Amino acid sequence: MAKSLGPVKRKFSPWTDPNAVPFIRFENITKRFGDFVAVDNLTLDIYEREFFSLLGPSGCGKTTLMRMLAGFEEPTEGRILLQGQDIRGVPPYRRPTNMMFQSYALFPHMSVEKNIAFGLEQDNMPRGEINARVQEMLKLVKLEQFAKRKPNQLSGGQRQRVALARSLAKRPKVLLLDEPLGALDKKLREETQFELMDLQQTLGMTFLIVTHDQEEAMTVSDRIAVMDKGIIMQVATPAEIYEAPNSRYVADFIGDINIIEGKIADTASALGAPGTVKIESDGLSIAVDQECQAVKGDHVAFAVRPEKVRISPDAPADPSVNAFYGEVWDIGYLGDFSLFIVRSEDGRFMRAAQANVSRLVDRPITFEDRVWLTWPRDAGLVLTR
Amino acid sequence: MRSPRFDATVLTLGFAFLYIPIIILIVYSFNASRLVTVWGGFSLNWYSAMWSNQGLMDAAWVTARVGVLSATLGTVLGTLAALALTRFARFPGRMAFSGMIYAPLVMPEVITGLSLLLLFVAMGVDRGFWTVTIAHTTFTMCYVAIVVQSRLLTFDRSLEEAALDLGCPPVKTFFKITLPLIFPAVIAGWMLAFTLSLDDLVIASFNTGPGATTLPIKIYSQVRLGVTPEINAICTILIGLVTLGVIAASLTTKRTEIRRVRDEHLAARGTTS
Repeated sequence: MAKSLGPVKRKFSPWTDPNAVPFIRFENITKRFGDFVAVDNLTLDIYEREFFSLLGPSGCGKTTLMRMLAGFEEPTEGRILLQGQDIRGVPPYRRPTNMMFQSYALFPHMSVEKNIAFGLEQDNMPRGEINARVQEMLKLVKLEQFAKRKPNQLSGGQRQRVALARSLAKRPKVLLLDEPLGALDKKLREETQFELMDLQQTLGMTFLIVTHDQEEAMTVSDRIAVMDKGIIMQVATPAEIYEAPNSRYVADFIGDINIIEGKIADTASALGAPGTVKIESDGLSIAVDQECQAVKGDHVAFAVRPEKVRISPDAPADPSVNAFYGEVWDIGYLGDFSLFIVRSEDGRFMRAAQANVSRLVDRPITFEDRVWLTWPRDAGLVLTR
Repeated sequence: MRSPRFDATVLTLGFAFLYIPIIILIVYSFNASRLVTVWGGFSLNWYSAMWSNQGLMDAAWVTARVGVLSATLGTVLGTLAALALTRFARFPGRMAFSGMIYAPLVMPEVITGLSLLLLFVAMGVDRGFWTVTIAHTTFTMCYVAIVVQSRLLTFDRSLEEAALDLGCPPVKTFFKITLPLIFPAVIAGWMLAFTLSLDDLVIASFNTGPGATTLPIKIYSQVRLGVTPEINAICTILIGLVTLGVIAASLTTKRTEIRRVRDEHLAARGTTS
């Protein structure tokens, strides 16, 4: 299962179905630690068999939210429903959730198989069944020949697999993963991400993952909740989060983006074409095809991803296209992409990414070249938040 | 500038100051002469004399029982205190409690001994074996608490959370996960408590009664009548026991270290295979 992309991504979107019943529901959850508000009146629905990510910087409340579901913290206000049942007061050892800890939390005095069997032994499962399940789990994470080893006799990647096997062994209704791949190197991390996706689909469990790594969240999730300071900024599919962020915060947090602050100069009605807004920003005028609640004079931000901006030494032929003129200030060579940072005459910067389809030596644009950055009217979007 | 010779001299003098009295004691325990200060040839007489000295043997037996019992009680109580201090983040009087745990460490033993004596008198308890044991439990548990507390501060709480998460109730988690992992510290605490109980004279002499003479009290009272080589002999045995304990402890540490290196080697091989 290692390198494949797994089964073809199923069409799966229960959140669009108004009749779907959420599997986990956080209802007006607030959690305070003294004066510090870790989670602030948060409501969130997660559906069965969903691979859901909580994404945000450290201290945004994502881990607290997960720990409340696991039972290590109780919400100050609000309630958590699991399959419609309020789980307040249910201790962690009676909840149908299992967690994979960021530190893996493997029991150092027990062998790999003892670690995996630990949860099953608590349920008084017959010895034979435990052994069978442990073997199955070892096979799943490809650690059969390491069964007798102690955790400190394993490499980081192997420990991570043991932790995963241990948290999966009881077949929990919900698997919680707290920064599960943080300690792995990039290559192993990517491989494991695909393995996690495969596992989740094979086992048909609900996965809730906490991460600060946006790439990881984008890769594995059905939906992502972007969090900041205890509130959810946006809940959407990875593509929606990337292509249609609802705020400056989300736009800036996910991927690379140009954000230009400005004012609405004209809205659709004035321009004649429905769904077009014109933004004025210190002499730079940008037209965007977008239905927008903002009215003339409102302070907004225009956001466009660098890879949607074209760079060219020639002025655009079509005068209606958005354009930014300046000199190449810096070039970041990223291997697959080159990132050009262009500085305008009045000292503003804008970034454009270009795929390196031809070899380095052929690159026509270099430092201090005068260039035009252009983008169509549907490439970017207006952010009011 | 300090020369290496100066360093060597200082070191030698320092160790000489520490160990020459002990060496003299050991050497004279093998003295054939009854006179402590005159060498009369090598002999094991005093060891057999010590063995047949009923008073000394009784005292040694009392000391051993008091030591084992008070060290065990002190370890249980001290471990519980350490858990309370590290685990319950905030409870009323935590500051006072954690300050008070250190008090017996700096309190003059005379005061500890006297106050316990006053307590036993006020309670109308007959002094003897049990009062000494209780007194020793009281002051050794503080040492145990401090040793165990320092281990618990570096204990990864997520191990306990993982056990809870996997369905293990809290008390079982303590015995299956926490205790096995802090056990070296608990044992170290026990050994410290036992040693403290073994060599305590002041607190024991305040709280002892008829039939419960501990070895230090016995030795002290005999020395007042003149140092006999028998005392040297029993002290030599005590020194031997302590030395063996220290060597055993350091060997265990060494073995753990060797095993850790081997484990890391295995882990490294595991990544490449």
